[in-house]
Amino acid sequence: MIHVSNLTKEYGNRRAVNEISFKVEKGEIVGFLGPNGAGKTTTMRILTGYLPPSSGKVEIGGYDIMEHSIQARRLIGYMPETVPLHQDMTVYEYLKFMADLRKIKNAKQRVNEVLAQLHLEERASGYISKLSKGLKQRVGLAQAILHQPEVLILDEPTIGLDPAQIIEVRNLIRQIGKQHTVLLSTHILPEAQQVCNRVLIINKGNIIAEDTTEHLQARLAGSQRVILRVRGEISPLLPLIEHTPGVLRISRQNDDTLEFETPHAEDARPQVARAAIEAGFELLELHAVSLSLEEIFLQLTHEDAPVPMTTSEPAEQ
Amino acid sequence: MSNIWTIARREYKLFFFSPIAYVFLFVTLLLLGLFFYLDLFFAVTTQQFVPGAQRTIQLYIFPMLFLGIPVLTMRTIADENRSGTLELLLTAPIHDWELVIGKWLGSLLFFLTSTLVTLVYPLILNFQLDPGIDWGVVISAYTGLILLISTMCAVGVSVSSFFSNPVAAMFASLGMMIIFWIIGSPAQVTGGTFTQVLGYLGFPDHFYDSFMRGIIRAQDVIFYVSMTIFALALGSTSVETRRWR
Repeated sequence: MIHVSNLTKEYGNRRAVNEISFKVEKGEIVGFLGPNGAGKTTTMRILTGYLPPSSGKVEIGGYDIMEHSIQARRLIGYMPETVPLHQDMTVYEYLKFMADLRKIKNAKQRVNEVLAQLHLEERASGYISKLSKGLKQRVGLAQAILHQPEVLILDEPTIGLDPAQIIEVRNLIRQIGKQHTVLLSTHILPEAQQVCNRVLIINKGNIIAEDTTEHLQARLAGSQRVILRVRGEISPLLPLIEHTPGVLRISRQNDDTLEFETPHAEDARPQVARAAIEAGFELLELHAVSLSLEEIFLQLTHEDAPVPMTTSEPAEQ
Repeated sequence: MSNIWTIARREYKLFFFSPIAYVFLFVTLLLLGLFFYLDLFFAVTTQQFVPGAQRTIQLYIFPMLFLGIPVLTMRTIADENRSGTLELLLTAPIHDWELVIGKWLGSLLFFLTSTLVTLVYPLILNFQLDPGIDWGVVISAYTGLILLISTMCAVGVSVSSFFSNPVAAMFASLGMMIIFWIIGSPAQVTGGTFTQVLGYLGFPDHFYDSFMRGIIRAQDVIFYVSMTIFALALGSTSVETRRWR
């Protein structure tokens, strides 16, 4: 549904988006992750036709966003990061106005449906200027889904919501994502993990990683960390498993716990377990801890940060 | 077309949301009424002149053109730009020109509403005078006034599209209106092609010499209509190029 190729955007001399390409298929929920100023909002603004690209091509449902802008825009529902709403209108008036601009048939009925879906019925006759941040966010989401768009583009959709609302909005996005295409930007990593099928990590205008959340974790962590816990003192076990094939680094965490690394390709866990039991230890725990998306994100977006899994050299300074 | 109407309707309603519109209407119409009363009072007591039907327009034109329109059209697009709401309008499936024309139409309808109210004075005058007033002149003068308002609103909306600060837009459109008001004056004194062209561009010249005297000339109608279209086209281009800035 969304097809981006070699998209570049320059503001004067500064290149905000640098030759990025990606595709989002129908029924996919894709997360757009990146630190502030990475180019997420700029990319979304180009995708929605608000900003023209400096070069490159964007197609929404087969329509070029520059050449067939109106047709492409009809397919898109968009909620910008700042949720700009007309403060001088009531919630109902505003949604009716947007519905009319979208030429929705039975606009009144549809507005009422969306109001109910987002639990805004009680606030329908209240002015938008009087709403809290969370409620405005919901109105912003309501206008984005009014016309049941094929493509939903959401810039930081859960920012400013309370935990219950966040869960609601995530459920709503998942529900919409079953039939439609969703691209959402976020910096809340667990959110991407929970909601998205796939994430794109963008930094300084470049897509630096693109994969499903599970694969990304696995791929970036070429090896996994394994925690081993036994009853009693663990120290005598150290020399025993140190030379087991596949065990990379080993360190004692506690009296009864140690941690070692083993590559995915050559999992040493069965050998370690056997060694421990044969040596008469009572094995309590043996499990792999994968890198959290958070750690991966930091690894990818901070150039200077040491990357613990791929380099063994400690960072200088 | 329906997009233009949707935007115009919102714009029209918005005027009545802000107190500025009410204060403007109240003060303008109050002063007009006061002057009208004084005119009638002097006419009756001195028995020296008969108040003309165009008198209301002469008094009404200045507060409206040099205060009402710049102040009330200043926010039309500048405010949408400042508050960011322009982003949602420009990503909705509407053309940039539909937005600009909608904004202009909404403003025009508001000032037409205000102008409609001033028609009570010719009506009263019609009852007071025997054998009534010359309605031909009233119709002609109001036709000219509406065309003038339409042009000025187009200038106001167009100027507003260049700014994200409404107050800056207000001063800019006020400046534009003063320029177009006096630009024709040199032509009345000297000749020369350049001054003649400037003379043609003057807003009042196409109004006082014809419409106010009861003459509706095609060339004047064409002048105001084409100036309106030109201003709206400029505004649309400005909104479009805003994306590139």
